[in-house]
Amino acid sequence: MEHPTRKLVTIITEAALERDLTRDLELLGIDGYTFSDARGRGTRGRRASTWEHNQNVRLEVLCDAALAARLIEHLRQRYYDDYAMVLWLQDVEVLRPEKFR
Amino acid sequence: MSTLDPVVLFFVLGVAAGLARADLRLPPAIYDFVSMLLLLSIGMKGGVELARHSSSRLAAELAAVIAMGMALALLAFIVLRYLGRFDRANAAAIAAHYGSVSVGTFAVGVAYLGRAGISYEPQMILFLVVLEVPAILIGVVLARGFGPGTEWGRLLHEVFLGRGVFLLLGGLAIGWAAGQDGLEGLSPLFVDLFKGVLALFLLEMGLIATEHMGGFRRHGALLATFALVAPVVFGAIGAVVGFAIGLSIGGTVLLATLAASASYIAAPAAMRTAIPQANPALSLTAALAISFPFNILVGIPLYSRIAHWLHA
Repeated sequence: MEHPTRKLVTIITEAALERDLTRDLELLGIDGYTFSDARGRGTRGRRASTWEHNQNVRLEVLCDAALAARLIEHLRQRYYDDYAMVLWLQDVEVLRPEKFR
Repeated sequence: MSTLDPVVLFFVLGVAAGLARADLRLPPAIYDFVSMLLLLSIGMKGGVELARHSSSRLAAELAAVIAMGMALALLAFIVLRYLGRFDRANAAAIAAHYGSVSVGTFAVGVAYLGRAGISYEPQMILFLVVLEVPAILIGVVLARGFGPGTEWGRLLHEVFLGRGVFLLLGGLAIGWAAGQDGLEGLSPLFVDLFKGVLALFLLEMGLIATEHMGGFRRHGALLATFALVAPVVFGAIGAVVGFAIGLSIGGTVLLATLAASASYIAAPAAMRTAIPQANPALSLTAALAISFPFNILVGIPLYSRIAHWLHA
């Protein structure tokens, strides 16, 4: 069975940014998102996630393509130069499309 | 005292575990709990003493201490920028760390004095609180000027309402309001356990410090030299200021320890959002992997000698 598709934006970044990102999401009109703790390593070193100032967070947002594009553009302009940030975009099928603009 | 304080041995144990990659880690929630206990008990102890006898010259002393914090940050900036040739953002961020203070180092200083049976002024706790802030603000101004682009409201919220300042002041207020007798029921947790809690905290700090030691292979001898020399010079300045404002030997040791210490909790969090161009690995490596171990192993006994010599 086919379900309607939406975009899933997944962002892995520094825990220090969580508060700023929450504010950005609200300003962009995204009212549903999920933060979780994450650990791993990348081009900007290893983040062990045991010490609060060296933690990563994983942020997931489900939304429509237009909003996803605005979100990505905003993150790219504001954070890419100075912060450790990786993000990717997927098409996903959702069961209740009215929840995710 | 020839041998190391056992609490410092816990730090050494943490470093050994980190270097050997032993399977050892304090659970994050325990680390948070332990650091909260430390902040509260240091604050409460200060509050109780402050209620009993406060200095009549407190305002003047506070002004001198704040001026010292700002001067140390400026001095660090000038050395890093013009001698060390660091770029502006990194010089300012590292300077903010070194002008600000480390509660962990202070706690080891308190334990050192306790073991030696030397008393100190209650207002040292207030100095600890006020020294956290000015250097961070100086760092931001040095990096970005007073112009737009700095969200001052947010930055002030972060430095004044960060966990460190908030819990120290909260503990201070509770201790001051309750007094020695009022705290009797609480003292098994906050007073008697102080050294045990400090030992656990230092064990984890040892592990965290080794995580950052790799940074100093990458960032070179210059930064390592700064991180070793700055505590000695700043500690000596702190001792002279302490002596000049009339502190006792114990107070002088603690002010020297504060001046020598570099923040690794309040400053990194504030710098990461206020000066994002600065590389956080530089300041954390310097403060955490070099200056913190140096201060608790070698520095505090050295500042004690300087204080005794000044008072002789």
